[in-house]
Amino acid sequence: MRYSGFRVIKEALTGHRGWGPAWRDAAPQDAYDYVIIGGGGHGLATAYYLAKEFGQARIAVLEKGWIGGGNVGRNTTIIRSNYMLDGNEPFYEFSLKLWEGLEQDLNYNAMVSQRGILNLIHSDAQRDAFIRRGNAMILNGADAELLSTEQVMARYPFLNVNDARFPIKGGLAQHRGGTVRHDAVAWGYARAADQRGVDIIQNCEVTGFRIERGRCTGVETTRGVIDAGKVAACVAGASSRLMEKAGMRLPIESHVLQAFVSEGLKPVLPGVITFGAGHFYCSQSDKGGLVFGGDIDGYNSYAQRGNLPVVEDVCEGGMAIFPMLGRARLLRMWGGLMDMSMDGSPIIDRTHIDGLYFNGGWCYGGFKATPASGFAYAHLLATDRPHPTATAYRFDRFAKGRMIDEKGMGNQPNLH
Amino acid sequence: MLIDHPLLGPRDAAEFVYKGDAALIHRPDGAAEGALEAFIDYGYLRDNPAGTHRELWFHEQGDRSWLVVTRDTVTHEISRVELARDVARREGRSK
Repeated sequence: MRYSGFRVIKEALTGHRGWGPAWRDAAPQDAYDYVIIGGGGHGLATAYYLAKEFGQARIAVLEKGWIGGGNVGRNTTIIRSNYMLDGNEPFYEFSLKLWEGLEQDLNYNAMVSQRGILNLIHSDAQRDAFIRRGNAMILNGADAELLSTEQVMARYPFLNVNDARFPIKGGLAQHRGGTVRHDAVAWGYARAADQRGVDIIQNCEVTGFRIERGRCTGVETTRGVIDAGKVAACVAGASSRLMEKAGMRLPIESHVLQAFVSEGLKPVLPGVITFGAGHFYCSQSDKGGLVFGGDIDGYNSYAQRGNLPVVEDVCEGGMAIFPMLGRARLLRMWGGLMDMSMDGSPIIDRTHIDGLYFNGGWCYGGFKATPASGFAYAHLLATDRPHPTATAYRFDRFAKGRMIDEKGMGNQPNLH
Repeated sequence: MLIDHPLLGPRDAAEFVYKGDAALIHRPDGAAEGALEAFIDYGYLRDNPAGTHRELWFHEQGDRSWLVVTRDTVTHEISRVELARDVARREGRSK
């Protein structure tokens, strides 16, 4: 069924009896050409692009819970492509371009809102660094604009520009950045993939891999053994736990990242703002809640909940740039699990086991990457060659000294 | 989280800096056969278990000692805290 304005009116006039489920509740078959492990945004996008762009069939997505129940439903919904390094920026710009056409492509309202993102500048050195980053973005076909303090004030008059400790000296804006309704991304990809024949199998946890003479031939699941031509892991947050079943150790630690939503407020924050002197980012959802977050807690965790010191740190960051935040009450807070990699950048690559592929290590930047991650992973699965924008996301970059370390922190995952 | 420091008693985890897996105590011998592979493993690969994890914490805003904390990564419960110095000696480092 195609969604359209006409369809909405027709259903309204006929008692809404014509809407069907957006995707089938598929049961696992004995064998597939492609088995994708993980029914999050990246896994569902991979299945969709495999079917649509690469003409592949017999694809299954295995999800241990329900689709969209992991990190795609637990993030702060920001999209942007304001990276600097060659290995990253073309990939994230590719992702942003896919976001721009996503809703027409999927025939699904994912509420892509290019309301702009603004990185605040607090010192001369930071302005220099942001100019450099802005130029790198422009060289890669993205948009970037350096704003003066006055231009920032015109847009966000409530900002505390004269703060004694962290005065605001301008900002780097990416006007094409913004937010997306995160759950709708999972649902939209699921529906579009299902329409192209992909089996989305929920409540189906992978418990082991079938590996014979260095080749992965299938997976063992809670719903039986499924043979597969190619097996694609796509479970960021739980990558180490899954790949351990294939005997692999990863350049990844799992960390918890907290996020927060205030009570619903009238519109106050038209775009996305990030604090440059600490770690704080904030946008306002269409329901009115201020959605914000900051640093990861900083220690290995699989708990999906964090601790209070980071709550304090994040709120201090918010109060430093817009003190009116102190009047808002916190409605909800939660934690999600991050694959923190050794250089802060992801991995989309083959493994040393034939037929077993890996996508993970997204740190806390996976949501914005969803379309490009799916596209690049589908490209790798279908052609056995990396997508041109994702050639740097290799396992062997650590051994070869080709880290993609945006922050220059070295092999310390909790600092990325 | 509270870390029960062996010398100072219970301290707020916010006073500490987290380093990572306590296996990092065992830095490979750079002169040994296969040292390159061993250092790539040491520098970049982690067990990253869900459950009991032995890990290094540095008491930066305290007595600046290194601790080995045994903690459950699923519940955050801390079951054991030792001075990293004692652990390293017991495991044959720094003789």
